[in-house]
Amino acid sequence: MTEVLFFIEVVVAGLLAGTMYSLVALGFVLIYKASSTFNFAQGAMVFFAVLAFVGFMELGLSFPVSFVVTVLLMVLVGFCTERLVLNPLMNQSEDTLLMATIGLGFVLEGLAQAAWGVEVRRLDLGIGDFPIGWIIDVFGLFVSALDLTAGIVAAALIIGLALLFKYTRMGLGLRAVADDPGAASSIGIPLKNIMLLVWSAAGVVALVAGMMWGARAGVQFALVDLALKALPVLIIGGFSSIPGAIIGGLIIGAVEKVLEVYLGPFFGGAIEGWAPYVLAIFFLLYRPEGLFGEKIIRRV
Amino acid sequence: MSNNNIFMGYTRADLTNFLIAMILSFVAIPLIVQTDYWYSSILIPWLCLALAAIGQQIVMGYAGQLALGAAGFMAAGAFACFNLILRVPDIPFFVALGLSGLVAAAFGILFGLPSLRVRGIYLMVATLASQFFIVWMIDKFGWFKNYDTSGIITAQDIVILGKPFTSPLEMYLVILVVVTILTVLAVNMSRGSTGRNWMAVRDMDIAAESMGISLLKTKLQAFAISAFYCGVAGALFAFTYLKSLEPVAFDIKLSFKILFMVILGGLGTISGAFIGAAFILLFPVLLNSVGNNVFHGAIDATIISSIEQVVFGALIIIFMIYEPLGMAKLWENIKQRFSRNK
Repeated sequence: MTEVLFFIEVVVAGLLAGTMYSLVALGFVLIYKASSTFNFAQGAMVFFAVLAFVGFMELGLSFPVSFVVTVLLMVLVGFCTERLVLNPLMNQSEDTLLMATIGLGFVLEGLAQAAWGVEVRRLDLGIGDFPIGWIIDVFGLFVSALDLTAGIVAAALIIGLALLFKYTRMGLGLRAVADDPGAASSIGIPLKNIMLLVWSAAGVVALVAGMMWGARAGVQFALVDLALKALPVLIIGGFSSIPGAIIGGLIIGAVEKVLEVYLGPFFGGAIEGWAPYVLAIFFLLYRPEGLFGEKIIRRV
Repeated sequence: MSNNNIFMGYTRADLTNFLIAMILSFVAIPLIVQTDYWYSSILIPWLCLALAAIGQQIVMGYAGQLALGAAGFMAAGAFACFNLILRVPDIPFFVALGLSGLVAAAFGILFGLPSLRVRGIYLMVATLASQFFIVWMIDKFGWFKNYDTSGIITAQDIVILGKPFTSPLEMYLVILVVVTILTVLAVNMSRGSTGRNWMAVRDMDIAAESMGISLLKTKLQAFAISAFYCGVAGALFAFTYLKSLEPVAFDIKLSFKILFMVILGGLGTISGAFIGAAFILLFPVLLNSVGNNVFHGAIDATIISSIEQVVFGALIIIFMIYEPLGMAKLWENIKQRFSRNK
């Protein structure tokens, strides 16, 4: 019985940690849906956003003020990206855009470090990374409060975004652009505003993801590597599907934890580092478009 | 056209350039450059990384497969070379080097397999697996490191025909021989049917397939040859530049560096690999010396490395927008302008 409980604990911890991957992946999906751009800089945006947030806190701003200022900063980043990077590269191949966003990622990482330094910062959200008492009492399970919060925040964000896209005029425009950018702009949907909206939303998602990661692992450069794990998440879930990003994140989180706990000791541990990528390869061989992605059809 | 063709389709100008490069690198540099610093901190890493960049160029610039795991293959080559020299008595250095290239090539084929199904960022993720897996494997299985627990293993001396090559100049010449041979081979491959197949697959793989080019063979060949170059480069890098073997030296950052060399240098040109490697290597040196000499250390070292990162990233974006073919093309344009004015 304790073994079963332990297994459930491992899976739950994995699932909840997976929601953090989902949060990063969500930013990718938003941008990919709207502009068919693989935004490799999403990881850097996570790092940039949370470092900015901690930086503003250190200046003595209060929590909500820092949050708002950082959100505004991310909107500015989105605006500059749209004007300086995406607009000049409109109608270029996906590979070109991908390489440009790799460059963008380096710019953001460099700027963040130049502005706020390279030391590891602590971020205290007032939520401890320790088991919740009443869950231990009721279910006998150890579930971290931070993990649970991340799960709830992720759920709230996704519901919020879904409502935004479904019921607002902007959201309708976004869905039109995602469907066919040419047709959408020909009927007068302002492409630029839509892009700005999407990049800003991705920036806010990046900030939230960064706050969750930062509270757990400290605000440091390693966040960028962690964010890389959103890539296998996307491959499993499909690049264009928000539910895919969530489920992909959960799968990666659970599988990597289970593998690490049960197989890791035989190989000296740290298989978390590559297991998600290998899992993604198997998915690629079996279902290249991911669980929820659209089938990729290519013609000569 | 035919009277331009002097030898194997090369023009007189091609051969003259080659001769000049050979005289410069084999005769002029050893005569003029006397300080060890230039060899061990600039020329040696430049040649090693340029070789790895040629590998990246083959798979990305020629065959159009977006791979991001060059450092993983370099690690495979470096540790294969270490183990061959350690475990096979009296193995000649060049044989060990060639075999380590082949070991890396085997990994290249294995991790190139996903390229048959996917492309673009999907492939990039699959190749990231190779990066993380190879480095992890070397790190976790003691055999590869000869059960060394210190984490840093000293590389063996390079011994060729009983003579140790240990001074920076000697090691430079060893690398130069290897790089020259492999560069000539790469140029020939890129101009021959192999290279044309790669480019056909790059430009439109479905069309290439319908014209009778086997995607399986062409893509895996590109991955294997690319990994071979990276493997040899990794072995040389570890034995002559780092002089030690540590898996962490071959992390994802090195893979990104090599990717940047190829993008900035110019996709689809061998010369781009050399230009890109020189730029990525020299720019931080330049920035540091500006920091030290102009601002007398008033600027923090971490700020300088951040600026370096911003500049690399910004340059990638700028080149993507204005000159997607990189510095090699820029150089061509400058040359053309001058020859037109003549």
